[in-house]
Amino acid sequence: MSPRSMKSGARRRLTIAALSVTAVMLSACATAEQSTAPGGGGSPAAFEPAPQQDGSQITVWTDSTRLKSVQAYQAAHPEAKLNVVTYDGSADGSTYLQTKVQLFDRTGNGWPDVVFASTTDVTWASQPANPQAKAFAAPFDAGLVPQATLDGFAKGSLDPCKFNGHTYCLRNDIAQVVLWYNKKLMDEFGYQVPETWEQYEALGEKVAKEHPGYLIGSVGDTNSHESYFWSSQCPALSLVDARTLKSDLSDKNCTRMATLLDKLIAAKSLTTQGFFSQSFAKDNASKVLMANGPSWYGKYLFDGAFKVPAGQMAATGPLKWDGESTVATGNVGGGVWMVSSHTANLKTATDLVTWLTTSNENQAGAPTYPAYSAAAKAWLANPENKQYFATDVSDVLTKAADAVWTGWSNTRFSDATAWSNVVLPALTAGRTLTETLPQWQTAIIDEAKTVGYTIAGK
Amino acid sequence: MTTVDTSVAPAVTVIASPVRRRRRTGPAGWLFVAGYTVLLVAFGIFPTVYAFYLALTNDRGQFTGLNQFVKVAQDYRFLPAFLNIALYLVMWLVALVVLTVAVAVVLRGRIRPGLSAIFRFLYYVPGALAGVASVLVWLFMLDPGVSPASGLLHALGFDSFAAVLAPGDLPVIFVLIAFWTGAGGWMVVMYGALNNIPDEVLEAARMDGAGPWRTAWNIQIPMIRKWIAYMTILAFAAGTQLFVEPQLLQTASLGRVSPTWSPNQLAYVYAFQKGDFNGAAAISVFLLALGLICAGVLVSRSDLFTVDDEA
Repeated sequence: MSPRSMKSGARRRLTIAALSVTAVMLSACATAEQSTAPGGGGSPAAFEPAPQQDGSQITVWTDSTRLKSVQAYQAAHPEAKLNVVTYDGSADGSTYLQTKVQLFDRTGNGWPDVVFASTTDVTWASQPANPQAKAFAAPFDAGLVPQATLDGFAKGSLDPCKFNGHTYCLRNDIAQVVLWYNKKLMDEFGYQVPETWEQYEALGEKVAKEHPGYLIGSVGDTNSHESYFWSSQCPALSLVDARTLKSDLSDKNCTRMATLLDKLIAAKSLTTQGFFSQSFAKDNASKVLMANGPSWYGKYLFDGAFKVPAGQMAATGPLKWDGESTVATGNVGGGVWMVSSHTANLKTATDLVTWLTTSNENQAGAPTYPAYSAAAKAWLANPENKQYFATDVSDVLTKAADAVWTGWSNTRFSDATAWSNVVLPALTAGRTLTETLPQWQTAIIDEAKTVGYTIAGK
Repeated sequence: MTTVDTSVAPAVTVIASPVRRRRRTGPAGWLFVAGYTVLLVAFGIFPTVYAFYLALTNDRGQFTGLNQFVKVAQDYRFLPAFLNIALYLVMWLVALVVLTVAVAVVLRGRIRPGLSAIFRFLYYVPGALAGVASVLVWLFMLDPGVSPASGLLHALGFDSFAAVLAPGDLPVIFVLIAFWTGAGGWMVVMYGALNNIPDEVLEAARMDGAGPWRTAWNIQIPMIRKWIAYMTILAFAAGTQLFVEPQLLQTASLGRVSPTWSPNQLAYVYAFQKGDFNGAAAISVFLLALGLICAGVLVSRSDLFTVDDEA
C-alpha cells in the first residue's frame, strides 16, 4: 500500500465515521422539547405536603412595601419563628423568584416557605417545572384555608390564582384602574370631569389648545397598556383554555383605544414619557391634570413621587364608552401571597398568609387596596387612606374593584415585556400606536409560543 | 489495520521531538501549573463537558442528538441576539484594535515618558471598576436629565433616556462601555509589547529614513502582531459573552431593552425562566464554537503558538 492510497483510505474511513455519527445525531433521537407545557400536567396529583415539623422556622420572602406587615405579624405572634428576607417582590416583570425556585428545584432544598409575588408567578408556581419537581405553590383549597375565606375575596380577584380548579395563591391587593384628576387644577381651568372615553378625548384636545404643556395621561410606563387597553376590553391576551392563547389586537376594542391615544399623543396632551421614567417627576409633575391608572397611583404616584399637596387629587370612573352599558376597567399589578408546597410548617405559613391578606388588623392600614372585600371596607373606613384626597374616593374604588375585566388573562409570560420593548421604543421613535399594533401582536404571539401556548385563530 | 497504526505512530513522534527545544523539567514547574490546572478542570473543562452533555440530552436525560441545537436556532429570539452580538463585536474589535494600538504607539514614541506614564494610568483606571459599577456610571452619563454631558446629548437630539436607548443605539452604547472599561488595560499591555522592540531596530529604521508613521506601520505594528492577535482572541471571547451590560440596562430602562438582547441573555432566559437548562447549554455551545473558530483562525494566521528559538 503506497502512503498516498493509505492516507486516502484513512480519510475515507474517517468520512464514513463522521457521516454515520451525524446520521445518529439527526435520527432516532428524543425530542428536545421540555416535558412540561402549560396545562400539560394532566390531572393534578393530590397535594402531598412535605413532612411537617410543628413550630419550625419558616422563611418569608417579601417586598419592602409589605415588610412592615410581616413584622407586625411577628410582633403579634411572638411564638412564630420567622426568617424574613426582603427581595424585589417580582415587581416590573422581575423573574428573580422564578430563577431562584428553578435553582432550588435542581438542588432539592432552599425554597422559601412563604412568598409575596406577582400574579404572573402563579402561572409557573402552580405547575411542576420538570417531571421530578413538585409545583412550588401549595393549593390553599386542599384544607389549608376554609372555602368561606376564599369566597370573601373581591369578584374575580382570585382568578389569577386558579389553575386546574385549585387556588394556589391568596390575593393581597388589587389595582383597579380609575381616572385620577387634580381637582384644584380642573376647577381653576373650569373643566368638567369626564365620565366617558369620548369626553376624555375631547377634554384632551381642549387642554392641548387652552393649556399646552398640561397632561391628561401617559402611555410611557411598563404597565400603561393595562391602564388603557385592558380598560378598553382589548383581547390582547385571552386564554381560550389552559394551553391556548388568543391575541387579536385588530379587534375594534383595541383599535378604538389606539386611535384615541394616537390623537392625544399628537396633540401633546398625552405623553409617551413614563410617569415613572427618570426625571419625569422633577420636570413635569406639576403639569399632570389627569391620569388613568391604578388605585395605588393615589398614594405612590401623586403623593409619593409627584409630591402633590393633600386636598388636590380626586378620582372618578372607571370611564365608559358611549353606548356601552357595562363598566369595565383594567388592573395594574396587585400582589399575591403563596405558601411553598415544600414547607415543613404549613400551619404557621398558612396562618401568616391568611392574617396578611384577610385580617382587618393588617389590611386596614395596608399600603394598597385589599383584595379581601371585608378588609377593603376596613381599609376605606380608615381615614388615613382617604384624607389625602380632595373628595371621598371610596365609592369610585369599590365600584372599580368589582369591574375589572376578566378577559385579560394571567399568562405564563409577563404582558409587560412585549409592550415595553416593542411598543414603547416605537412610540419614542415617533410611530403611532395604530401602526405598532401588528408588531405588538407578533411579539405577544412569539413570546406565547416559546412558553408553550398554542395560538388560536380569530 | 495494524499497518495503519504502526505507520502513523512514528510520524507523530518525528514531528514532536527534534523541532522543539529541549527544556529542563522539574517539580517546581509542575507545582506552578498545578493550581491553574485544578481550577481549569473545575471551572473550565468540567462545565464545558457538562454543557455538551446537557446540550445533547433533554430534561428526562434522553439522548437528543442535535435536536436541542435545532430547537434553539429556531427560536425567534436566536437570530436577532446573534445579529446584535455580531454587530457589537465588529464595532468593538475594530475600535479596540485600531485605537489601543494607535494610542500605545503615540504614548511610546511621541510623548515624554513621565507624561506617558500618567496617561497610561488614567486610561487604566476605569478598568479597575467592576463591570456592574461601570454600567451604572454610564447609566448616569447617558441620561440627559442628570448627565454631565447633557448638553452634548441634547445637541445630538436625545431629549430623554428612553430616546438614548433606541434599539439602534444599543451596540454603540455597549461598545462605549466596553471600550471605557477594557481598552485602558490593553493600552498598557500594547505599550509593554512596544517596549520589547529593541532600540537598535528602531534606530536602524530611522537611519534608513523611516518617519514615525512608517516606523509604526512597517516595524512596530508587525512586531507586536502576536500581541494584537492575543488581544483580539480574548476580546472576542469576552465580547460574545456580553451579559451584564444589557441585563442591567434592561432593568434600568424599565424593560425598554429586550431581555434577550445578547445570546448569553437568551441562554439565561432559557435556563432560569423556562427551566430549560438543556436549551441554554445548546446556546452556550454555539458561543463556544464561535469563540473557538475565531481563535483558530487568528492563531493560525499570526503564528501565536510558535516558539521563537533563542540564538
